[in-house]
Amino acid sequence: MRLAGLLLLAAGCALVYSAVVLLHTVGERAGFVLAGLGVEIGGLVLVFRSHLRPRGEKK
Amino acid sequence: MSETAMALTAVFLLPIPLAAAAVALMNAGLGRSRSASHALLSSLCAFAIAAVAYALTAPLFLGAHPFDDPAKVPAACIGMLGAGLAAIIPLGAGADRWRLGATCVSAAILGGIVNPLVAHWIWGGGWLAQLGLRYGLGRGYLDTGGAASIHAVGGIAALSIAWVLGPRRGRYSGDGMPAAIPGHNTVLVLFACLLALMGWFGLNASGAILFNGIPAGRVAPIFVNTMLSASAAALASAALTRVRFGRPDPSLCANAWIGGLVASSAGSAFMAPAVAALAGGVAGALVTLSVEWLDFHLEVDDPGGSISAHAVGGLWGLLALGLFGRVPDSGQSVAQLVGIATLLGLVLPASYAWNWLLDRFYRQRISPEGELQGLDLFELGAGAYPEFVIHREDFYQR
Repeated sequence: MRLAGLLLLAAGCALVYSAVVLLHTVGERAGFVLAGLGVEIGGLVLVFRSHLRPRGEKK
Repeated sequence: MSETAMALTAVFLLPIPLAAAAVALMNAGLGRSRSASHALLSSLCAFAIAAVAYALTAPLFLGAHPFDDPAKVPAACIGMLGAGLAAIIPLGAGADRWRLGATCVSAAILGGIVNPLVAHWIWGGGWLAQLGLRYGLGRGYLDTGGAASIHAVGGIAALSIAWVLGPRRGRYSGDGMPAAIPGHNTVLVLFACLLALMGWFGLNASGAILFNGIPAGRVAPIFVNTMLSASAAALASAALTRVRFGRPDPSLCANAWIGGLVASSAGSAFMAPAVAALAGGVAGALVTLSVEWLDFHLEVDDPGGSISAHAVGGLWGLLALGLFGRVPDSGQSVAQLVGIATLLGLVLPASYAWNWLLDRFYRQRISPEGELQGLDLFELGAGAYPEFVIHREDFYQR
């Protein structure tokens, strides 16, 4: 789950760069940049969840 | 740049080390008394190593002889001080359990590679700075005083190190409830807030002149915005903690103050005073809520509040500049979002990877015995407060 989250973070970033380079209007770019950030937030959630230890395990 | 502007920039560079001193004092004050000396020595070593590492790698980012060419010296100086400051920030998240040797290696990577690379992208005419020219996105990615290159980078490294080290011993019970481990010196923490203000005046003013083309005679509004942002953040936190817990919380107010300063670093040169105060107030609320969220729900043990104050405050400040900044060109919000996406999607995985790899080869966390005894005695052989033995059974050398 941790690796998947980190890969999602990078994938979201790649989506953002692609949008900036390939699209032309500010509106289109804004839409895809937001989508890329959404993917990154998904990745961030996965990485956070992967660091939660199972309940009952004392730290 | 005119001679007057150069002279004023040099004057504004002088107080920047106070920002580093403030962050170091906060990290020490919010940690345990048995690790106070270690916290401050770690800060000094991290600052020194990051500065040396920056000096070694600066020619890669600034061109040949950055410290000999009079035109490049101011940028090299603010870069070096920024690298040192960025290297101190993660120490707050690793307090009470991060080995001195590991902090030094981590500071070298942060100060010698990550911080100058991101700073080059933003301040050195790199691809983020050129988003406006190449793709018509506003004036390109804007960051007046290092909200991204210094604070968000440092805060993201703090999150990585908190993950790699894990929480302090006894921090969480079996059901995930955090045990209170209060900071040992609130006086240091609150004094650090006032020191930080001086440092941020220097950071924001010199950054605005050097990297945003603000005339040297027009830096007074930047001071006003910096002050208003920090004040609104601290007051928002005081009000929020008063409503939620029945009384204001000093450590959260201090973290919010720093968060407000960090947020002001992004756009203090491009905001009206009322907007800067609004952005600061939101930053204070976000920092306060994120400290609680990280601690209670995500089990991220960050004794110094570095992640919330520097990463959350910095990212919010960068977004607020895009939303409310006085930049006439369209697409500025998109440029700011691209920068935020870079910090989250590129810097965070890279930061996690280098800390994880380092931990494989050179264990970053202190041994359980060292954590019980305190880092002062275990790694340095003497405590910060030898005349005041607070935890007798743990403090004595065994």
